[in-house]
Amino acid sequence: MHETAISLPVILPEAVLATGTLALVLYGALRGERGSALVNEFAVGLLGLVFILMVARNRPMGLTFYGSFADDAFTRFMGALALVGSLVTLLLSVEFMRQERIGGFEFPVLILISTLGILMLISANDFIALYLGFELMSLALYVIAAYRRHDLRATEAGLKYFVLGALSSGMMLYGMSLIYGYSGSVAFGAVANAVHDHASIGVVFGLVFLLVGLAFKISVVPFHMWTPDVYEGVPTPVTTFFATAPKVAAMAVLVRVVITAFPGIANDWRQILTFVSIASMVLGAFAAIGQRNFKRLMAYSAIGHMGYALVGLAAGTVEGAQSVAIYMAIYVVMTLGTFAAILSMRRNGRAIETMADLAGLARTDPTMAFFLATMMFSLAGVPPLAGFFAKFYVFAAAMKAGLYGLSVIGVLASCVAAYYYLRIVKLMYFDEPAPAFDRPSPVARIVLAISALAIILFVFAPSPITNAAMAAAQSLF
Amino acid sequence: MNGSWILSGILALPLIGALFILLLPRDSEATKRNARWIALFATLITFLLSLVAWGRFDPAQPGFQLIEERDWFSHAILYKLGVDGVSMPFVLLTTFIMPICIIASWAPIQTRVKEYMITFLVMETLMVGVFVALDLVLFYLFFEGGLIPMFIIIGIWGHGNRVYAAFKFFLYTFTGSVLMLLAIMAMYWTAGTTDITVLLKTHFSPQMQTWLWLGFFASFAVKMPMWPVHTWLPDAHVEAPTAGSVVLAAILLKMGGYGFIRFSLSMFPDASLYFAPLVFALSVIAIIYASLVALAQESTKKLIAYSSVAHMGFVTMGIFAANTQGIQGAVYQMISHGLVSGALFLCTGVLYDRMHTYDIAAYGGLVQRMPLYALVFMVFTFANIGLPGTTGFIGEFLTLLGTFQINNWVAFLATTGTILSACYALYLYRRIIFGVIEKPNLMGIADLTNREVVTLLPLGLLTIFYGVHPQPIIDASAASIEQIISGFQHAITATKSAGL
Repeated sequence: MHETAISLPVILPEAVLATGTLALVLYGALRGERGSALVNEFAVGLLGLVFILMVARNRPMGLTFYGSFADDAFTRFMGALALVGSLVTLLLSVEFMRQERIGGFEFPVLILISTLGILMLISANDFIALYLGFELMSLALYVIAAYRRHDLRATEAGLKYFVLGALSSGMMLYGMSLIYGYSGSVAFGAVANAVHDHASIGVVFGLVFLLVGLAFKISVVPFHMWTPDVYEGVPTPVTTFFATAPKVAAMAVLVRVVITAFPGIANDWRQILTFVSIASMVLGAFAAIGQRNFKRLMAYSAIGHMGYALVGLAAGTVEGAQSVAIYMAIYVVMTLGTFAAILSMRRNGRAIETMADLAGLARTDPTMAFFLATMMFSLAGVPPLAGFFAKFYVFAAAMKAGLYGLSVIGVLASCVAAYYYLRIVKLMYFDEPAPAFDRPSPVARIVLAISALAIILFVFAPSPITNAAMAAAQSLF
Repeated sequence: MNGSWILSGILALPLIGALFILLLPRDSEATKRNARWIALFATLITFLLSLVAWGRFDPAQPGFQLIEERDWFSHAILYKLGVDGVSMPFVLLTTFIMPICIIASWAPIQTRVKEYMITFLVMETLMVGVFVALDLVLFYLFFEGGLIPMFIIIGIWGHGNRVYAAFKFFLYTFTGSVLMLLAIMAMYWTAGTTDITVLLKTHFSPQMQTWLWLGFFASFAVKMPMWPVHTWLPDAHVEAPTAGSVVLAAILLKMGGYGFIRFSLSMFPDASLYFAPLVFALSVIAIIYASLVALAQESTKKLIAYSSVAHMGFVTMGIFAANTQGIQGAVYQMISHGLVSGALFLCTGVLYDRMHTYDIAAYGGLVQRMPLYALVFMVFTFANIGLPGTTGFIGEFLTLLGTFQINNWVAFLATTGTILSACYALYLYRRIIFGVIEKPNLMGIADLTNREVVTLLPLGLLTIFYGVHPQPIIDASAASIEQIISGFQHAITATKSAGL
């Protein structure tokens, strides 16, 4: 790939996002509280623009900043996904922030800053760029988590997230320095050459520490402990954000690191990923059964789903990388739709989160019940919905790579998980109705409808996503 | 290609009907009425179209016909449909049973009629899809997709312990099926395609066949259902609404048998031979055990559910006898069971609609008040026993004939099942129909309504017609079954001569 010192076309989306964000900070600071509505609208527009730039076909791909920043098909696929997550989060947050009287222009700006970090993280091609992107993303996330600073639960969640996050960042940094020390380089390609088929113990230690940091961000077992508390504690739009864009970014960089920097010692990281994947699938399936809070349930569900995505990565092949990309795409859509439904759960002007409140929704609001049921069946992986194909691709990749044990445990875990998704369908369709919800905001309803339709109709036209994911995967090899 | 739209048409028509019903306004008497009529029309037109397909189908040809093929998932997975002599009867059975189900739900279903009809129509598409899919992944899609509507039908319109039954049904079948999914993936990476016509010609190594066979077996054995994974069936049957039970018994159970013939036997012949004793053992246990359990039942529906398990035992036994009579008999037995058990569930539904109980003890002496019902119920009871002159006899006789050539002990033990079936079926009939009416609330019970006659009459006519004149069904499937058996024999001899 073409390598340059600085190439503006290559970094155009990030540059536009950075400039726009700074402008919005200035505007917000000058206008104060009154400007916050406008900041929000501008932020949505800005993300939309960046999304268009990200997927524009005529923009050249390449390496820039002397190879530390890669803009390839993989960057664009994952970047576009993360942007969708950020954009929809912002759209969903407007109504919620107004209802809950959480003001301030800082929220959209923090989302933008975090998104900038996410985009940098996705395109990082050496460890320095990786860490910079990672920290930019994380620092903004810590603040977002504790944004509702008078709420005890939210601040507790924010603090918990910060302490554990800082610990994992530190471990990751330590791992990177070990890798640098033992391989002599921070660039992924150079590390790959240095650990060609044999790695010194220092590099392996470094790899383990690095994986710990990334595993924390995608919240897989055994680094998942923060997830349920944070998901439950922070305001729902923030949970929506946590569940989508940062996860996509961390997963993307995980894929890129292990495949481009450590292809020679695939057997070493495959063992780690296999264990992490099995542990996440099983814990995600069993721990969710006892949950009553919908957001907490989604936390365990997310842990399980990241486990499934790692099944594809553990294969370590082109098909594996493709399957992870497909999985993340479908996961983002399912998550956004489900959280849009959770945001619509309000009664007498107050947000409610327990699943029992969904009882009999099929009578009081059949449209929402149908869409949410679609999400649940899809999350459970029942064909012909998109969630099935997400699982289909990861397990197909694993079967091809000969990971039979992992596949069998994975599909069996998905049967256990099906139970709790079905329980929500049962609540909505089989039980006697609870009082109706307040009229949901049109934005949440539209997001839910679009994601549900995408999930249902995926089976009729899968090729755009599967082909783009294939191109993305091939750009890594 | 001639007639290449027909099968897609059969798949699409119910969905179009469902779409129309979806557009109806909510919750009014007119909506309920319109939903029923649209559903009836959609299923009837689908049935007519499947008759057209039947007309264009040439039974003398062993291979797949009416094939249509389109690219789907990046050239790897195909949208490919087609029928052969084994699948064609099942397509007809499905499209034939569905209008009957809609009519049977006319009066009993009064809540959420719109959703009910949509669910049934969607399920029809998925069920037909199972029998016409010529791509493994497409097959799996239809096979598994059918769980969603059935889960909802049991859960919403079921009785009593419906939630438990719905979950049990879903989780049992789902768990069985995911293992088949892994086997499908392994086949894809070995053969490079999921096209069933190609896979039928692919030879998998005997060791691999063993694992693949087990993967498919996990799924089909649950669906069938075979002992000891049959326990979801009585629950699902008892709690489902009448039409749901009919669909379950008449069509969903047949997917397991169809899968055994199409995949297990045809694609993994060595493994099928290797595992045949296991299947025989489980079948014999199912026949005897389920018949004995049926004898002890206090609920009409549960008794018929256990008799289904026993009858399906004959099917699995016949299939793995792997000779002409065995497979022929298995196909015949499945069609026959589709008609007979469907009708028996309708008969229990008739009583339930009047008295709101499935308890056998709540009835007795009905012949005094319901002579027509007594007659109809008698016909189907005899068919269930397998009396000559009904379809039940031909299916059981052929499977036993086929099995006798392979293993006469298995055939001997299975034959006891026919005696036991006479015991439980006649015992049920005596307790419900004969005697004097003792319960005061039975005094005013009314005989069959016209609507009920309309649902039961076609089933009864076919049961007797194909009981005395079985040739049409046998002719339709003969060529395809011959091809399956010759392929099977060929593969076995090849493996033997290779010294494995």
